Formats: sequence, structure tokens, C-alpha cells
Amino acid sequence: MPEQDQKLRAKNFLEVPYGLTTELTQLEAGRCLQCTNPKCVNGCPVNVDIPEFIRQIRAGDFVEAAKVIKLRNILPAVCGRVCPQEEQCEAHCVLGIRDKPVAIGHLERFVADWAMKTDSIKVPVIHTQLNKKVAVVGSGPGGITVAADLLQLGYTVTVYEALHEPGGVLVYGIPEFRLPKSIVHNEIDYLRRLGCKIELNTVIGTAITIEELIAEYDAVYIGVGAGLPVFMNIEGENLCNIFSSNEYLTRINLMKAYRFPEYDTPKPEGNHVVVVGGGNVAMDSARNALRCGATDVTIVYRRSRKELPAREEEVRHAMEEGIKFKLLTNPVRFIGNDISWVKGVECIRMELGEPDADGRRKPVPIKDSNFIIETDMAIIAIGTGPSPLIFATTPNLKRNRWGYVEVNPETMETSIPGVYAGGDIVTGSATVISAMGAGRIAANAIHKKLSSEQ
Amino acid sequence: MYEILSKEEMADSSIIRLDIYCPLIANKAKPGQFVIIRVNETGERIPLTIADCNAFSGVITIIFQIVGKTTALLRGYKAGDYIKDVVGPLGKAAEIEKVGTAIVVGGGTGIAILHHITKAIKEADNYVIGILGARTKDLIIMEEQMANLCDEMMITTDDGSYGTQGFVTDALKKYLDERPDIKLVYAIGPIVMMKNVCKLTKQYGVETKVSLNPVMIDGTGMCGGCRVSVGGKTKFCCVDGPDFDGHKVDFDELEKRNSMYLKKEKDALLFSIR
Repeated sequence: MPEQDQKLRAKNFLEVPYGLTTELTQLEAGRCLQCTNPKCVNGCPVNVDIPEFIRQIRAGDFVEAAKVIKLRNILPAVCGRVCPQEEQCEAHCVLGIRDKPVAIGHLERFVADWAMKTDSIKVPVIHTQLNKKVAVVGSGPGGITVAADLLQLGYTVTVYEALHEPGGVLVYGIPEFRLPKSIVHNEIDYLRRLGCKIELNTVIGTAITIEELIAEYDAVYIGVGAGLPVFMNIEGENLCNIFSSNEYLTRINLMKAYRFPEYDTPKPEGNHVVVVGGGNVAMDSARNALRCGATDVTIVYRRSRKELPAREEEVRHAMEEGIKFKLLTNPVRFIGNDISWVKGVECIRMELGEPDADGRRKPVPIKDSNFIIETDMAIIAIGTGPSPLIFATTPNLKRNRWGYVEVNPETMETSIPGVYAGGDIVTGSATVISAMGAGRIAANAIHKKLSSEQ
Repeated sequence: MYEILSKEEMADSSIIRLDIYCPLIANKAKPGQFVIIRVNETGERIPLTIADCNAFSGVITIIFQIVGKTTALLRGYKAGDYIKDVVGPLGKAAEIEKVGTAIVVGGGTGIAILHHITKAIKEADNYVIGILGARTKDLIIMEEQMANLCDEMMITTDDGSYGTQGFVTDALKKYLDERPDIKLVYAIGPIVMMKNVCKLTKQYGVETKVSLNPVMIDGTGMCGGCRVSVGGKTKFCCVDGPDFDGHKVDFDELEKRNSMYLKKEKDALLFSIR
């Protein structure tokens, strides 16, 4: 896919890949074998009819192609950009055995963008109006999917969101240059046009409790994500200019601190930035820091290149933009200057030991290998835990041993009858599309249960 | 959008009181809790303690001092105007029990926050002594409301322009020396004031609660921007607080973290009046 020049893009917030041209799209769609028993569909957590939308592209009907996707996926322009297709639909493409798989993600993105540009997807008319109400807690990708599915079946749906903008991680987590916010707004606008009521600034657990929702609604879906940042609990972590990736990304993406002082939220700045962690969130933080004017950005990760959990494409983009990688390295303490601002991070080198039960080789510190990286800003991106707010006022919501919500995987129903949950609050941090997959299962189960009651 | 129902300029117009219509928040808010507000589309999110609320009328009261761009912007708002976002109630409610005699100490705008907590302390059937302090006479707010709640009250000003000349800690020390029955001190105000109150009460072994005011963004526990060290452990002020055992708080760290954006805050203010 054509991309913005690596030197230029490291200084702006515009999207990196330009998207396919019409010509390239047709060419790529032509490669699809149109399998009678398509494996790619099974690889997609929301089961988009991939061969059918590709067939429509080949027929030159991009709008129809977009409609086919939208039937199963409410956020195609988002998923076409951020899904790890290499592990999902594309991993199952038969062409991938001998050659490259069909670039399903790029095709999805193309038709979704086409439909958006030409404003050609009309909201379906919903004929049945069931007299049932469903509350969705959290407006991230999972909640959006539940809401869209149930609205189209004729339910009345209200989505509750704690922040001032809907979209969850799509608006506060994933950066502008990877997922333009105008695209998220457009896809959420479609949900509103479907008739969804979205209550912003409403924290479920404090302003309204789950118990109160149960009293008012026929079913409740909890999709609040795993938003609690994990810190390393090492010396000096509370020094000035050390952030969790959640704080850093929220400031930059949601609050638009990159446009400070036009926007009021101060932009965190540093010349020599260190990002701890190796996932997509670490890549997003590092690449944002570079665009905010850092002279150098270093990713510190305790395992090796092979184990980096971030998508290959994100790692490649980061490297091309000049982000340095200190692999097999782990921070042991932060060092501050005389006014308590971070000025360095002491690290220790690691080596990979024996594979553990999951087959992952455990990183082990090498004795006396400590060294110091000079830094004036650090971002900690080592993961997140379950958001605590709902549990505080819903003591009977059963949690699993990792602290996440326990559900029946067939239905996503929790220990409280009529209350469902899915996405990161059940699995811990995962992907946009897996949260949507969970939402789909829950929506089906909610419909099954509520329609049998009628 | 949240409507401003009434506005009052206090303390020589440097402190503002707004009554805002937020029925959902007013219905649930308890003393000690706060809201996050965003004034307009380009605004930042700032935390403000709920100074009072009325579930029947659906109104919450916030009181704030004009210190930077956002509060200056808010000063221009009047009754009938709308604030873009108000979210809450956030944070843990103050845990108030009957202890016997309690002293509430308020400094500057802290008095506004203290007022709501004093109500709760009084309702828990305690004998309440109030100490209100400010730099100068004009900055003493809510004197009458506090006097109505407190069994005894004392006012101090740094310059002696009103009440007794000196700091709140001077007055507090006198009470602690004379009244061994004091079981609880609640101190709310500038960090340096809370720090000095805690230093003093520690010598007397009197339990002391403080309400902390770190930088916040979301206010729901998802970013850790408001982290503070309490008893050597990192706590998130927005979900674990804002009230903590004052004898365990690392005030020096809080003070430094709160000064992180001083320059940016000035830039923002300059940008807005340019």
C-alpha cells in the first residue's frame, strides 16, 4: 500500500498509509479465488462475507461491497485499518500457503472509505420495533457492535459512556496518524442514525449503578474495557514527566494536546523519550512522541525482536521513522534531577531463559549489566488491568482469578442474570475486532433470550 | 450540555460559585466527591470538588479560584450559559463517623470543599470546631455558612486584616494544646497548608484527613495522572481518594507533580488573551 514518506510523516499527524487506488483495489480483488468453502470468513471474529464483498469489488460495485461488510461489521473503516489481519482473515486465506494472502484488510478499508467519501450507505429502515430496552455500558468497539446488532433487530438501545466522546480506545488510544478521528466520528454517527441513544459523561458504577440499570432495562451489556494502567512499581516512577501510556495517549489523542495551545490540555514534551513496553500501545506512544517534537525516542523492551507483541506493520513503521529499540533491556529505576524531573532510567540487560509453560522464553536479568539511558520523558506501556469502578458498586459481579469479569463464553452472560459482558473487561487487553466478536455473541444471546420471553 | 442556574462572585471576584443543573450527579453526590468539567469543545478537563448539592432541585455547586485559563474562561460564564461537559460524582465519599470532637481546617478556596464535609461531620453528631484561614480578609469565603455548621469557629489571616493574625496552624496548635478530646482533624486547602497541619497533628497523634488536588485528566482511574504516594504506595487520587490519611501522604512529591505544567499553563493563558 502506498505510504507517506518516512521523513515527512514523522513530523505530522496525517495518516501513514494512503489507502489503495481504485486500480490496485481491482487488481488485488482479482487475486481472490472465490473459494466455495471460504476459510477467511472463519478467521474473521465477526464473520464478514469476504468472498461476496470481493466479488462486488470485481463487479465494480464498491457501494454494494461496502454494504455487504456493514451487514456484519459496523466499523469497517476502523477494522480495515487496525485489525491484525495477518492473524485473522488473511491468515486463513488459501493463497497464503504458497504466495501472499489476499490483502483483505486493505480492500475492506478501500470500500469503507469509498462509501464514506460518497456518503452512499443509507441507514436501513428498521421495520420491527420490539418493546424491549437494552443498556450498553461503554462505547468502545464491543459496545458499538452490541448496540448496532440489537438496534437492527428492533430493540431500543442506550449506550452509556464515561468520557465526553464516544468510541473508547478508538478515540483516546489509537493515534490520529493510524486512525483519523473523523473516521471514528463518521462510523459512530451511523450508529446514532440507526437510532442509538448515547449518554456521554455518565459513569456507570457511580452516577448510575448496574443494579439501577437492571431495574430499568431488559438486558445490560458491560463493555468497559481494561483501562487501568499498570505501573512497574520501581523507584522514581512518580517523578515529573513520567506517564502511563494511557495518560499520554489520552492527552494527545482525546484531548488533542498535540494542538496545544489551540486546545487547552498541555502537551507532554521531551527531547529524549523512553517508552517501556513492546506492544501496539508502546509503538503508538513512541510514534506520537516523535511527532510531538522529540529528537530521539527509544523503546525499551525486555524480550527480543521476535517476541515483540506489536503488529509487524507497526514495528516496521516505527523503525522506518527512526525510533530506536533497546531490546532485552528492562528498567530498574528512574533517576530524577534536583527539581524531581526524570533525567535518566537505569536499565539492566536481559537474556532469554528456558521456555515456560506457554512456550514463551522468560527474560532473566544479566547480573551487573546495569547502564543508564539519559531521558527527559518516559512513557510506561507495559499493559493494563480491569477498570475498577464497576466492581466497586457491583459486588455480586463474579470475577475470574485475574480480576476480569467471568462470563459464559457461549452467551457472554455474567454471574448476574440478564447482565452480559465482553471485550477487554473479560479477556484483558486484546484487539478491537475481538471485542466486536464478543459483542456479536452477546447480542445474539440477548436476542435469543429476550425474544423467547415474548 | 449543563446549564448554569446561578453565579456568585466571591472574595473580591477572585473566587466564583456556580450552581449547575446536573440531576444525575446531584442525586448521588456525597461529601468529598468531585466532578470533572470541560468548559467547551477545545477545553481541558479539570477536577472541581462538589461544594454542595441538592437532590430535589438537581443542582450541584462548585466553587473555584481563578488561577489559569480554564477558570478564567469559566469566570466569563453567567446564569443561563451552558458548560459542555460535567461528569461525576467521582472519587470516594468522605468516611465520617462519630468521634466526639473534630476540628475542620480550611484554607482559601479549600473552605468551599470543607463546607460539604463539615456538614457530614456535623450530621454524624460531632462537636465541630472550625478554623478558617486566608492570606487576607477578602479571601475568607463562606464564613456565615461555616459558622452555622460549627459549634466554635476561629478565623485567621496572614496579614491580620481579619480575625487573628497568623496561620491556621497557630490556631490549631492552641486548640490541640488545650483540648485533649480532639479526635479528628480534617484539613483542606493549599498543599503547603495541609502539609504543615499534618506535621503538627502528627506530634499530637491526632488522626488527620486531607483532600488532595493533583492534576487529573479522566478522573475515572484509567490514566494515573493523579497518582500520589500514600504510605509508600502509589494511589490514584481519583478512585482511591481524594481524601487520605494526611500522616501518610508524600506532600513534597505532590507539590512537585502539580508544578509540572506551570510553564504550559502560562502559555495557555497568554494564548487565550492574545
